[in-house]
Amino acid sequence: MSSLRFVFVSWGLQFKMIMRSPFDGIGNVIYPLFFATVAFFVFRAGHSPRTLVYASFGAAVMGMWSSVSTSAGSAMQRERWWGTLELLVAAPRHFALVLLPATLGLATVGIYNLAATLLWGRLLFGVHLSIAHPFLFALAVVGTILAFGGLGFLFAVSFVRWRAAWVLGNFFEYPVWLICGFLVPLALLPGWVHPVSWALAPTWGMNAIRESALGGSPLDDLGLCLGLGLGYVALGVLVTDRVLRAARLRGSLSLT
Amino acid sequence: MIVAARIFFVGGVTSFRALFYWLTPWIYIPTMMIAPIFQILLFAYIGRSAHLRSDEFYLIGNALQYASIPCLFAMAQSVGGERYQETLGAILVSPAARIPLFFGRSLPVVLNGAFVAAFSLAVGSLILGVHLPASSLAPLALVVLVAAFSCTGLGLINAAVSLRIRENAVLSNVIFGFLLIFTGANVPLDALPGWMSTAAQGMPFTHAIAAARKLAAGSSLGDVGGLVGAEVLVGVVYGLVGYWLLRWFEALGRRHASLETT
Repeated sequence: MSSLRFVFVSWGLQFKMIMRSPFDGIGNVIYPLFFATVAFFVFRAGHSPRTLVYASFGAAVMGMWSSVSTSAGSAMQRERWWGTLELLVAAPRHFALVLLPATLGLATVGIYNLAATLLWGRLLFGVHLSIAHPFLFALAVVGTILAFGGLGFLFAVSFVRWRAAWVLGNFFEYPVWLICGFLVPLALLPGWVHPVSWALAPTWGMNAIRESALGGSPLDDLGLCLGLGLGYVALGVLVTDRVLRAARLRGSLSLT
Repeated sequence: MIVAARIFFVGGVTSFRALFYWLTPWIYIPTMMIAPIFQILLFAYIGRSAHLRSDEFYLIGNALQYASIPCLFAMAQSVGGERYQETLGAILVSPAARIPLFFGRSLPVVLNGAFVAAFSLAVGSLILGVHLPASSLAPLALVVLVAAFSCTGLGLINAAVSLRIRENAVLSNVIFGFLLIFTGANVPLDALPGWMSTAAQGMPFTHAIAAARKLAAGSSLGDVGGLVGAEVLVGVVYGLVGYWLLRWFEALGRRHASLETT
């Protein structure tokens, strides 16, 4: 219970800091709207049976992923720049509990991205959305946010040994957009890509959000999304222990 | 004259190398060589999904448009990076002539932008199986160079604005986004609202992308001379405005002692 409270309070603190950061709070929110706009124009001009509604949900989840990928990759690097990394690592709490709220905070910005993109599509492109299962839709969004936070956490701890961790985080923005079925159905992608897509929670989160909005059954997709998210967190904890042990042995935490 | 040439070439190259986190070149590969390939693939597949245009359309549009990343960010960082390293004041207090100082920083950026676009075009065409006629390769190289030049002109304006604002990464991303929408890289200009396709005529890449698509379709360099000329003109206008803004904001920075504090 005390750990949950710690995560919740840290999440609130991190979220406030993110919302005051021009890059995370403004840039990461505006940037995906440009891609969403291109997607709306392309699908409106195209001759596909896939509609603007399809593009609208895909573009919205693209924005959710954007808010996580770049900034989560450099979450630990930021603490290093601020000079707080050593203090946090030395604190009695497990470091994973300190870091997870930061990536969850970034993922939470994704809710704003989702709402902004759907509103953008409604106001500028006249995309009329009706959510078939509002409760399941809300569950799917929250589940996707949690899974994105888990994947961001794995990124954050995996990239800690690199000074330019943001580059690696940024690097994963396009590939996830491409192979997780946001705007391109998996069936259009080469067969060897499918197993990679299935291992990524955003694929199932996207399915769950679309299914719940369009009247399908999202529970299986949501379960897979959450399961993978938990798996990322578990793997991230293991990586955290290993990375911190190595950094302590070599005295290389600050990378100076 | 020799001093100006040294500032232009040596200063420009040194400033450019420092962009990569003090001479660590490995970040170049994911940001400049892999990311543009994924941008090309993303939009080529979105195009397939939407049944809009061919792979060639998205390959050329995105390969050229991605040159905006090196051109915009590098130019903005040529000012913002100096401020971060606390060397901006030392540079601007020096008696160095401003034309070689600022334009010298542009030359490596133009060449790098052209390389990134050409590399993306070559690798993207191999991955997507798009055939570019051998006769089009040399003219395409010229168009790519002109596109990078044109965008670096806009980058100079971005650099100037970086004298007044701190968050030049956000600004660069916003400009990149506008170029993605307006220039016809992914959305045919005739599918955009009239005011957007009109505004696109004054933006970098619009004419270069159109010229490159015509070259790939078999036109000669002479056939696209007007488009190439228009792209050069756009670059020159942006470059001159950028230089004027740099001088103006430098003067404002001195007057208000705000070079390090904005």
